[in-house]
Amino acid sequence: MVTLQDLKTPKKNTWCPGCGNFGILMGFKQALIQLGLRRDQVVLVSGIGCHGKMVNYVNTNGFHGIHGRVLPLATGIKLANPNLTVVGFAGDADCYDEGWGHFSHAIRRNIDITLIVHNNMVLGLTTGQTTATSQKGVKTKSTPFGSIPPALNPIAHALVSNGTFVARGYSGDTRHLTGLMVEALKHRGFAFLDVFQPCVTFNYHNTYDWFKERIYKLEEEGHDYADRQKALEKSFEWGERIPIGIFCKEERPTYRDSLPHVKGMPLTKLPVKDIDITVTLETMM
Amino acid sequence: MIGGEAGAGINRSGFLLAKSCLRGGLHVFGTIDYQSLIRGGHNFYVARADAEEIHCQAGTIDLLLALNKETILLHKDKLVPGGGIVYDGEETALGYEELGRDDLKLYPVPLKRIVKELEGELVMRNTVALGAAVALLRYDLEILSGIIRDEFKPKVAESNVKAARMGYDYAREHFAGDFEYCLEKTSSAGRRNIFLTGNEAVGLGAIRAGCKFYAAYPMTPSTGVLHFMAPLDREYGMIVIQAESEIAAISMVAGASFAGVRAMTATSGGGFCLMSEGLGMTGMTETPAVIMLAQRPGPSTGLPTYSGQGDLRFAIHASQGEFPRVVIAPGDVEDCFYKTIEAFNLAEKFQIPVILITDKYLVESHGTAELLDQNRIGIDRGLLLTGADYINEEEYKRHKFTESGISPRAIPGMKRAIVRTNADEHKENGYTTEDPEMTTKMFDKRFKKLDVLINQLENYETTKLHGPEGADATILGWGSTKGPIREAIKLLGKEGLKINYLQIVYLTPFPVANVQRILKSTKKTVVVENNKTSQLSSLIREHLLMTVDHKILKYDGRPFNPEELSQRIKEVF
Repeated sequence: MVTLQDLKTPKKNTWCPGCGNFGILMGFKQALIQLGLRRDQVVLVSGIGCHGKMVNYVNTNGFHGIHGRVLPLATGIKLANPNLTVVGFAGDADCYDEGWGHFSHAIRRNIDITLIVHNNMVLGLTTGQTTATSQKGVKTKSTPFGSIPPALNPIAHALVSNGTFVARGYSGDTRHLTGLMVEALKHRGFAFLDVFQPCVTFNYHNTYDWFKERIYKLEEEGHDYADRQKALEKSFEWGERIPIGIFCKEERPTYRDSLPHVKGMPLTKLPVKDIDITVTLETMM
Repeated sequence: MIGGEAGAGINRSGFLLAKSCLRGGLHVFGTIDYQSLIRGGHNFYVARADAEEIHCQAGTIDLLLALNKETILLHKDKLVPGGGIVYDGEETALGYEELGRDDLKLYPVPLKRIVKELEGELVMRNTVALGAAVALLRYDLEILSGIIRDEFKPKVAESNVKAARMGYDYAREHFAGDFEYCLEKTSSAGRRNIFLTGNEAVGLGAIRAGCKFYAAYPMTPSTGVLHFMAPLDREYGMIVIQAESEIAAISMVAGASFAGVRAMTATSGGGFCLMSEGLGMTGMTETPAVIMLAQRPGPSTGLPTYSGQGDLRFAIHASQGEFPRVVIAPGDVEDCFYKTIEAFNLAEKFQIPVILITDKYLVESHGTAELLDQNRIGIDRGLLLTGADYINEEEYKRHKFTESGISPRAIPGMKRAIVRTNADEHKENGYTTEDPEMTTKMFDKRFKKLDVLINQLENYETTKLHGPEGADATILGWGSTKGPIREAIKLLGKEGLKINYLQIVYLTPFPVANVQRILKSTKKTVVVENNKTSQLSSLIREHLLMTVDHKILKYDGRPFNPEELSQRIKEVF
């Protein structure tokens, strides 16, 4: 079984002191420990941004890819080998801006992977510009007079894309976040977890205090996550009260479940040599 | 030639006639010309058959099967003297005056009436015309019927067989012995030759090479690979997925390949633009990938259903930064098959992206091939570590420095191996680095692989010389111009000109020594390309410091015809 020590890497952490990413890193390690996964069973995929360094900070298999492509990369890995636990880490700009075109598709395919989005509502590594989840009116380096459009609602989008596991966490509450990560990793199908993660350097608006005043837990108010309609209603709650927890969860066959010829079989185990194509050649005579 | 509106089943019927020729032991080439629309417009399929080996279409037509009048008016001048036109005489009035020539044979067949009598769909007109053609050519109707039965579902097949029979009987009754051209079965009838498109040959090569994952977004003319692979996924144990974009397709391929599976995608120029970032990622992370780029004329959307060779430089240079890659240009369907298998081997042996550069003319035309030799090219997975456990004492490092630059490749899931890669510059163990010394070492490591690759390519057919070694002139070309060039030098040979043709199969790494050797032994060099700026000439200048004597370029979206090409070659003498 994996320990905190095993998961440690020699890479020096370069996140800002107080960064919300620390809560995600700790929560994720704890979740792996709780689930008793081996390091060599897990593959992390990350994009570009402060979140991208997760692959440097967790000692499992990993693919630190490029901006916005976490989901198709993770999809390819999981389709190739369903025995791997594949976890995508993306930032809000990575997933909801640059990679937005992949989001609904990965969800509707119900690829059996977990996506954890470090959502700090700002571009951090490029030193503070607006992102898809920046709130209307927020001033950043690229929107000095205030962000013009309203923020995108990833939870609602995931729900209408028929997401089978849609949740939101808060990195300031690591224990709760760990619980959500465990549930997400256990879920059979596409598990989407958006995590509020305050950027202490570039987001002066959505601070720890800001979140603390607003956040409440869905499960504490008796939300039934089998009720997608209700979940959708909850996903629009914003302002004075903002819900975290599991919005929606259901069982649905995964993409690979619908491929009976390779069901459960890693493609890596199939023969590569001596594939006889005579039958197909005969159709061409 | 058979021509008509889109939706009239032109491609299908052209294919049936061409395949009938194949079964009679003839060599066949079939090519489709269509526009970017679904109904209406003008499509035509040219089928050429000969007892001798042929490599492309011809510029002239012997028999025209016209499903509408437009077809006749567009193509009448390509007909040879004594050539025939099969058309629906009850629907289309046609006279010699209107044709502007009186050396043609007119064969009105009531295509529509016959279909009505059969209570068939209007689209079956083309089958009636095929039957009539078989009669005029004094060919074997049983062969055509056999093909129809093989290609259609039983119920549809039977009504089409009847339609063909009625067209055949009508033509026999009314025009027996009138047409001077005929098709004859050869002694090779029944030989196990195959008839396939470049797309199908690439797909077959991929399957034979053990490709288990194919992701693509539809884009003409590469879509044929997706159409070929999708129905075969169960038979060959593959996952074939239509991605949401080319960006997703290449990323999925990178993911599957990282996981240890032979994976491929195909696209055309616009899609390849989107794949550029993913291409670089495979280069940086040393993830094997095979990408087929089927060109069409650009820039931008250009002529979406036509052919061109304007993306050569793009394939060679696409994506930021510097990393080793291979660019291979198959020239015909057989090349498509063998070079695809080679591409998979090189991708895995050197852990690099390999681009197969083709074009519409190559991948959507049908050609005859001898039964493909499944064993000509073996499977070589390079330094892939197999087995469930990583047993080495030392910690596994995905990008370990080695003498060849190639690192042993473990796959995630292997016990005791942590496989970490990184699109950022990285250390041997895959962790990010910005250290200048490590950066230099990693660049050198990746490019060391290129040196080894160039050495090994000496044993590969990176160029192919067609014709005699010493010649009065050497034609240089790459890709689909192979067919027209071979035919053109044959025509010129009959006129006493001694010309050979150097097919450049590998464009990157450029086969410097081979090209140099041939160029030194020839008196005159002529580059033939389907692009505006003669990109091959610029490569020759870049790598050999040599200027070619002449360039014959065509960039109207259409392939060279042999007659046209031989004429243009003669002009430069």
